[in-house]
Amino acid sequence: MSGGLFDDLRDLYQEVILDHGRKPRNFKRLEDANRTARGDNPMCGDRMELFVRLAEDGHIEEAAFQGRGCAISMASASLMTDTIKGKTQDQARKMGENFRALAMTGVCPDCGGDIAEDMERLAPLSGVHDFPSRVKCATLAWHTLNAALDGGAKEASSE
Amino acid sequence: MDGHMAPPLNLDAIRADFPILSEKVRGKAFTFLDSGASAQKPRQVIGAMVRMMETAYANVHRGAYHMSEQATEAYEAARGAVARFLNAGDTREIVFTGSSTNAINLVAHSYGRGVMKPGQAVVISEMEHHANIVPWQMARDAVGIELRVCRITDSGELDLDDLAAKLADGKVGLVAVTHMSNVLGTVTPAAQIARMAHEAGAKVLFDGSQAAVHRRVDVREIDADFYVFTGHKLYGPTGIGVLYAKGALQEVMPPFLGGGDMIAEVSFERSVWAPYPAKFEAGTPPIIEAIGLHAAIDYVEAIGMPAIEAHERALVDRAMARLPQIEGVTLLGRAQDRGGVFAFAIDTAHAHDVATLLDRAGIAVRSGRHCAEPLHQRFNVESTCRASFGLYTTPAEVDLLADALGQAREFFR
Repeated sequence: MSGGLFDDLRDLYQEVILDHGRKPRNFKRLEDANRTARGDNPMCGDRMELFVRLAEDGHIEEAAFQGRGCAISMASASLMTDTIKGKTQDQARKMGENFRALAMTGVCPDCGGDIAEDMERLAPLSGVHDFPSRVKCATLAWHTLNAALDGGAKEASSE
Repeated sequence: MDGHMAPPLNLDAIRADFPILSEKVRGKAFTFLDSGASAQKPRQVIGAMVRMMETAYANVHRGAYHMSEQATEAYEAARGAVARFLNAGDTREIVFTGSSTNAINLVAHSYGRGVMKPGQAVVISEMEHHANIVPWQMARDAVGIELRVCRITDSGELDLDDLAAKLADGKVGLVAVTHMSNVLGTVTPAAQIARMAHEAGAKVLFDGSQAAVHRRVDVREIDADFYVFTGHKLYGPTGIGVLYAKGALQEVMPPFLGGGDMIAEVSFERSVWAPYPAKFEAGTPPIIEAIGLHAAIDYVEAIGMPAIEAHERALVDRAMARLPQIEGVTLLGRAQDRGGVFAFAIDTAHAHDVATLLDRAGIAVRSGRHCAEPLHQRFNVESTCRASFGLYTTPAEVDLLADALGQAREFFR
């Protein structure tokens, strides 16, 4: 790829992020969702609607989203919906907490145990910690997930 | 205005006046294309403010001693400089506020709520900054005045037919519109708008936050009733704004904020307002900032507003010639009469991603909705990047932006 001017940005825009940003996974409306929430960073123009279907035992059976935003916010929502499927709500919230720490500091405080593999998949987004104005792009999806799991159609914002 | 006749600016000398322009960003030259958000400050402004604090500072309008008298004289001299800058007929028509936003809120409160009657309407436009939308919504909700929104055309110009329609029933008390869009760069035909408003029995307010920076403004020539601008976009300090308001209007408007300096006499039963403009300047005013603004006005006037306008027009023409050549780049709006501001989008990337890439090249642009969310809805875009030029912007910086945009698009393909 040409564009030597921006080569040192490959830490932020790793190939996996560009790929998920261009072709987000789980990018659809989930008609049988039983938890939904909207996320909005009004100053940026990132907005998304998150759909979650919880099974009877409460674990996350399915997750999807729709929306518009920057590559970081779209890739983050894409990776999040991929990784939370099959998780319990507690596991998903713990991933969210650790992800926010990862996005802000570049270091994951508690990424071992049963979430280790999934946090590894989210690690490419840790580059945002060098870009303070972009952290909220990466964390919007996880704020929206909390709002959805808390129940109700609340509006989440990471601003 | 014969802006095109003005001599070219001495850019090397001008840039040497702005210390921050020699700073490096990640090892690269600092290419500042966000003057529309807030402009950088020349040594002349910085020096005037420091000098005042070091040699001539005290509170104004209060002390019967040398330093206070000196400070008062300097503060009032700044008011005179602003009056000349806008060609106001009377220095008392200049009210110092904290910002443009403050000034519009003052008018929304003291004129919108204080003088207009329920059932009367305010007309704004689709290309207003939030600062000229929200205060009117608040006034509407508080006292039952109506808020009407004048359409803009697809090229980003005020739709004057729609303005005429909005004025037709004679219920409009005030037309409050931008003199230059902070997103599109469109300069509105202020004299014509004022004439239309006046013929319909309405007063007119212009948000000159952008316009006053990019061209000469003559409030009497356009016959503005209210005109606002802010210091920090005019190479002056933050914390000071200007409201020009005709004396006859200031006379009938109740005060906005109450406090010291705005009263003639106070007892616990009642207070008597000071004559205008003091009536609208409650509390200790932005004294040092006024001195900074005075220095900023002296600075731009020494260069000449027509020369600045011509310089920025040439930069915009250069950008308008180059950017559409880059595949995938679209510009928002194509107004004929415009200043040194324009918004654009790239097909492969969101505005924030573009801004992050440009930052790597040392280029600072604004990304998002630029405090004009309804305007973005009007053009059906989520967000844009905005480049805005100042008197220190060089043609080479415009080229740098164009080159970097081409590479940014490739990066995200």
